[in-house]
Amino acid sequence: MKDFPYVRMMGLSAGVSMSFVGAIGMVESFNSRTLIEPFLSLGTFTLYGIVFVAGYAAARGRPNPLEPPVHDAKAGLATGLVVGLLAGVTTALFVLLIDVLDPSEHFPNMRPAMVDAMTFDLGVPTGLLVIIAISAGVAGFAGALHGLSERNRRGASAAILTILAFAFFEQVVADILDFADFVVDFLYTPTGALQPWSAVIVGALAWWLALRYQGRLTEFSERVRESEPKSRLRRTLILSGIALAIILPMVLGLIVNELLVNVALFILMGLGLNIVVGYAGLLDLGYVAFFAVGAYGTAVLTSTSDTGVNFGLNWWLALPIVMVLAAIAGLLVGTPVIRMRGDYLAIVTLGFGEIVRILLLSDWLTPLFGGAQGIRRIPGIPVPFKGEVGGTEPQLFIYVTMIFVAAAAYISYRSQNSRVGRAWAAMREDEDVAEAIGVGTVRAKLLAFISGAMIASFAGALFSAKVGTVFTNSFDVFVSIIILVIVIVGGMGSIPGVIVGAVVLIGVLGGPKQPGLLQEFSEYKLLIYGAILVFMMLKRPEGLIPSVRRSRELHHEELSQDAWLDKGGSFADDEQESAEV
Amino acid sequence: VTATTTPRKASSRRFRFNWVDGFLWFIRITALIIIAVGLTGSIQKFAGGEGPTLEGWRELVISSITTGFMYGLIALGYSMVYGVLGFINFAHGEVFMSGIMVGVVMSSIMFESGFWDANPWLSLAIILLVAMLVSVGIAILAERIAYRSLRGAPRLIPLITSIGVSFFLQYAFAGLFGVQARTYPPAPGNIGDDIIIFGIPVAGTKVLVIGVALATMVVLWLFVTRTKTGRAMRAVAEDKEIAGLMGINVDRTIVTTFALGGAMAGVAGLMWALLFRVVEFSSGFLPGIKAFTAAVLGGIGNIPGALLGGVVLGLFEGVGPLLILDGLGIPAVSQLKNAVGFAALVLVLLFRPTGLLGEQLGSEDRA
Repeated sequence: MKDFPYVRMMGLSAGVSMSFVGAIGMVESFNSRTLIEPFLSLGTFTLYGIVFVAGYAAARGRPNPLEPPVHDAKAGLATGLVVGLLAGVTTALFVLLIDVLDPSEHFPNMRPAMVDAMTFDLGVPTGLLVIIAISAGVAGFAGALHGLSERNRRGASAAILTILAFAFFEQVVADILDFADFVVDFLYTPTGALQPWSAVIVGALAWWLALRYQGRLTEFSERVRESEPKSRLRRTLILSGIALAIILPMVLGLIVNELLVNVALFILMGLGLNIVVGYAGLLDLGYVAFFAVGAYGTAVLTSTSDTGVNFGLNWWLALPIVMVLAAIAGLLVGTPVIRMRGDYLAIVTLGFGEIVRILLLSDWLTPLFGGAQGIRRIPGIPVPFKGEVGGTEPQLFIYVTMIFVAAAAYISYRSQNSRVGRAWAAMREDEDVAEAIGVGTVRAKLLAFISGAMIASFAGALFSAKVGTVFTNSFDVFVSIIILVIVIVGGMGSIPGVIVGAVVLIGVLGGPKQPGLLQEFSEYKLLIYGAILVFMMLKRPEGLIPSVRRSRELHHEELSQDAWLDKGGSFADDEQESAEV
Repeated sequence: VTATTTPRKASSRRFRFNWVDGFLWFIRITALIIIAVGLTGSIQKFAGGEGPTLEGWRELVISSITTGFMYGLIALGYSMVYGVLGFINFAHGEVFMSGIMVGVVMSSIMFESGFWDANPWLSLAIILLVAMLVSVGIAILAERIAYRSLRGAPRLIPLITSIGVSFFLQYAFAGLFGVQARTYPPAPGNIGDDIIIFGIPVAGTKVLVIGVALATMVVLWLFVTRTKTGRAMRAVAEDKEIAGLMGINVDRTIVTTFALGGAMAGVAGLMWALLFRVVEFSSGFLPGIKAFTAAVLGGIGNIPGALLGGVVLGLFEGVGPLLILDGLGIPAVSQLKNAVGFAALVLVLLFRPTGLLGEQLGSEDRA
């Protein structure tokens, strides 16, 4: 163990994180869901997942570009054990403290039930030793994984991830295997937890598949990355993606389809915000305002309720009007902020978003928007042969939504390399230079706001047809932030990134009001979103599926700084780099 | 690297009039007309005997000013961090909230034991100390964990990070302290009693709040202008690299800046405890945004400006709805208080983006 301070830091931070997770009541409420029968609940998984990651990372050593990581089973095991012991002792001390003091009067989650949840109902002296033992064991195991060969390590991670995916996505798996009930009954307990034997089978299968096909998979993804934008390979990929999107809803059940509709709505908004933030580089924190304009516009135009103003229009007739309204809203928000600095713009747009929500809620505009009562009786979307499709038929509604997602994706894709797309890129990289070389930044900014607003208004129009009743509390600032997280997690400026980001975040964690696949997370959703945002910004600002150009910009910055330091202040490397671009 | 922009902008814009400028002028003039119409409408109403009494107005103005002082103290945290690092610490509202959350637990323990009313000044001092310590701790932790490694990054990156920190802190406190609102006990002893100033009775808590704010402000001003650390802060704000070359410990100076902002937020926390008393995990969000508005209003990076901006904003959103919107015939204007606050931000940036007293930014951030 040559780098003890690092190991100690990892152990203690893991311990503090574990105590924190316990203190906010996560372990207790997550324990209601069992992932693998009989021993692994979601709470246990969250708790010891932390120490697993810490043990693995500590055994790998401090990230150092000059020295390749050392992979050694014994050293890894030792490091892992130390990390696990430190973390376990910290957590155990914390639990002991809670048990002795019982501060539940002031800290409602730090109560005896939490102590029971953390100690597996074993009570204080025994349970604490169990915490330390498990945490040392888990971290030691994680550290010892470094003893495996490169190939087997990948196999192991594939196995672990697959088991977890089967446990987490029980609902999806059960829906897909609907035709083969006996398989589902074999894999899962009646309550939806993975059976121990099926965990072993699934894991072994994944390991074997990973060993067998790992090489080909990397080769294939390499080929995709190298291929030209319009090559046959990419087209095939996109087409198969579309085919999957068409077939999947037919296979899946009601609940998962409902979830898919939410995911699709957030993909739509993510694509819209991606134009504003990802392409044009304007940080809009009030994006929800355009969503609200779309939803309330549609509601007023199509609602058939007797109170308030309403027109009872057909949804398809209302849509173009709503789009125009959204474009006007985009112009109204966009124009005042055109000359503002990037960070002022962020706060001002946040202010606009809140102003819209406050106005919708106010007594002043109640005759028009219903105030706190909202607008009721919004009909669904008329579809040929099917009548009006609303939120009660998610299996049909998802297809209507997908049409708009496809349209938005196509618009984003085409605008990227168009004249205005290049203007956006130039503006994002350096506004002054862009203006100096003749890019019309005013026009470009306004176009970004307008197209973003119009795409959000699609989402709003679909949303009100889906839910049938709109209230202001669906349009608070969290919506804006969650859409921002989607764009950032996926990768700013990257269309596949937005789609993956929305599927992962909304599908698993859930939207601001909508539950995801892991319903236990709902209470801690925004905590996790916040943590993800910080983590992504620190570790991978270009996102999961980075857009080539954007990640070059982000790393260019680092590169040029390093180059500046190395070369004693000359920007030789920097010039070379820009010449290549 | 830095001296690329400013002169060209000024000269090329002066002789050009395009439709964006036209539209901006249109917004400015419309805003003025709305304010004028609202004012005349309200004045006519008040002349006709409607609206609050004179005592009502006095109360409103005094409480708006005290709220404004609180905004001003929070705004100092934004202002100083912006001056030194050039980024908006969106999580500063949560730094403020963390202090009052821990403070409320402390106060209820003291209240139950009878300590609160037995030693009024001592209990307030303890609350102040606890709020300051917690806020400073959270501010330093956030800097260390989230912001430090992002110093060279494009300026939106730390802003987005601080949004993440803000939400994380909010829901971490929701998890730790529960989601239900808690209430500070009423001001201890006779601190809450009215004090007569120039023949006007003013609640003692409000006098205390204004006094504490002014005193804190003076101390901070002396610290920044007279001490070595203060000079280091100004040097780092001017140019980090050169300051580093001159032997200033840039890291430590930046931590000091965050700590000072946190301490100011802690003082503001005491004011919240005395004025509003109700606390929940989202209590920091709106005051945070308002305080940012105050910082911009006074001129970001400008220390007296932050306090002035706070008072002006407090008055604007406290009196504005009644004085302007009521005259336009809008019902239930108090609902629109926050909207008026946000509108104030937009108007300030439209009319005078450098704020009332002018910005004092480092050269790196003027671009």
